[in-house]
Amino acid sequence: MPYLLLFPALAVMSLVLLVPLGYCFYLSLFRYSLGTGLRDFVGLSNYISLLGDQRFMASVFRTLLFVSVTLTLEIAVGFGLAVMMHSLVRGRGMLRAVVMIPWAVPTVIAAMIWGWMFNDRLGLANRLLGMAGLIPAPLVWLADPALTWTVIVMAEVWKTAPFAALIILAGLQMIPIELYQAAEVDGAGAFQKFRLITLPLLWPTILLALLFRTIDALRVFDLIMVMTGGGPAGSTEVLSLYNYKTLFSHLDFGYGSALSMALFLLVMSFSLLYVRLMARRAV
Amino acid sequence: MKRTGKLAPYIFAVLLLSLIALPFIWQVLTSLMSPGEIASGRSWPKTIYFKNYLEVFSGRYSFLRYIANSFIISGTTALLSIAIGCLAAYALARMRLRHKNIFLLAILSAAMLPQIAAISPLFLLLRRAGLLNTYWGLIIPYTGFNLPLAVWMLYNFFRQLPPEMEEAAALDGAGFMETIRYVLLPLAAPGVFTAAILVFIFCWNEFLLALTLNTRESMRTVTVGIAMFPGLHEVPWGAIFAAATVITLPLVILVLVLQKRIVSGLMAGAIKS
Repeated sequence: MPYLLLFPALAVMSLVLLVPLGYCFYLSLFRYSLGTGLRDFVGLSNYISLLGDQRFMASVFRTLLFVSVTLTLEIAVGFGLAVMMHSLVRGRGMLRAVVMIPWAVPTVIAAMIWGWMFNDRLGLANRLLGMAGLIPAPLVWLADPALTWTVIVMAEVWKTAPFAALIILAGLQMIPIELYQAAEVDGAGAFQKFRLITLPLLWPTILLALLFRTIDALRVFDLIMVMTGGGPAGSTEVLSLYNYKTLFSHLDFGYGSALSMALFLLVMSFSLLYVRLMARRAV
Repeated sequence: MKRTGKLAPYIFAVLLLSLIALPFIWQVLTSLMSPGEIASGRSWPKTIYFKNYLEVFSGRYSFLRYIANSFIISGTTALLSIAIGCLAAYALARMRLRHKNIFLLAILSAAMLPQIAAISPLFLLLRRAGLLNTYWGLIIPYTGFNLPLAVWMLYNFFRQLPPEMEEAAALDGAGFMETIRYVLLPLAAPGVFTAAILVFIFCWNEFLLALTLNTRESMRTVTVGIAMFPGLHEVPWGAIFAAATVITLPLVILVLVLQKRIVSGLMAGAIKS
């Protein structure tokens, strides 16, 4: 009986997730162009090509850099927001609701808003920076790799840090206030309370949020695709973008599937870590 | 001195909040400016210009069509995922099941599968089935990708409900389906509703699959429709952000109203074990 109830869910999940994954590996063993329809079995040679592919290596490097920079900022900003919200006596509910707005905005639209704010001729950013006298002339943000990355990272942190803040806030609220009172009796200062109570008790929450977000950030696609399409001159081409272009611009389904498997392995190695941590906590 | 000490966090909070809301506010402001005002570099509209909204829904852009597409696809996916998810979650939460942990781990791992790892095969499979550029061609993959989260959340909701009511119903001779329908679902309704809303939001915001699987203009969803909006020559910023506001506002309202439930639902998926 329980298996009967599980069957529909397992069937759909196998059909949409498991079968395609196996099929993807199978496809990666071919040289297969969707344009010409030619298909030759080439074994593992697509994977060997990956290792010598500069564009692939660069895109993996960019992906990992994006993940580490945005996550660091996200946790820092999220932590600051959470501590601030925690310290407020009134209005916490309203604050929580407003903070959820970036989360609800579709990433595609977030990409367009931020692209528009940093538009070189009409954007709000150049106007504000110009008024403050910080830049002599309007910056052409999306034509320079470093500036483009700055905008991308800001947009990503804007979109995701508020939710990180809510997770951390929930963690903060679970810490019993008696611990702080006891520490005060023992003469602990603010920094000591933070280091000896807040941080250790919050650490599991932060770690899980971090891993969960890592998996998400590794798959980044919508934001960069819509804002820059990988430009200027390929400088923001992350792995998922390279993968997408190989599949649907070059119609190279063999090599494209090998790229998908590479991204899959990257995500899975982080997921395994996550699942192991979850399992350890559950026991 | 003491007063400023108490007020300072609030002033800081208001400043931060405005900063967080600023991009969204500027989007709405831009949507209310005429092309001339936008080109002159104004930051807010002198007179409210509503024509952008009319233009988005007039014949020139098929935005109503995109909204209808997204609504049908996201709505059907939410219903399907919840129906299928409830059955599985019930089995996991209430029934004697060998290897239960293996099932749970499998579902968790499935939630982490990157869409792009399935996209080349999905494209080929759906093409062979003749489902590219159809509603089902997106509903089926969306259901697959959202089921892990739905099952996981529903499992957590069901587990928190007291089993006594169902036991009483069983004693009264209620069948299995009756117990689920008349006892469990009404009790779990808030949780089930939250899960449905979340699946709906995820589908509404999805981009990659919609971009690759439904390429025909008439079958586009809102996210793809808006991403393809910028024309070749002059970018109609006012119209773009009018459309963006129309497709974002319902989500923002949902989130403002259901904020507490959505957060706890999401956290059941992310944190609770």
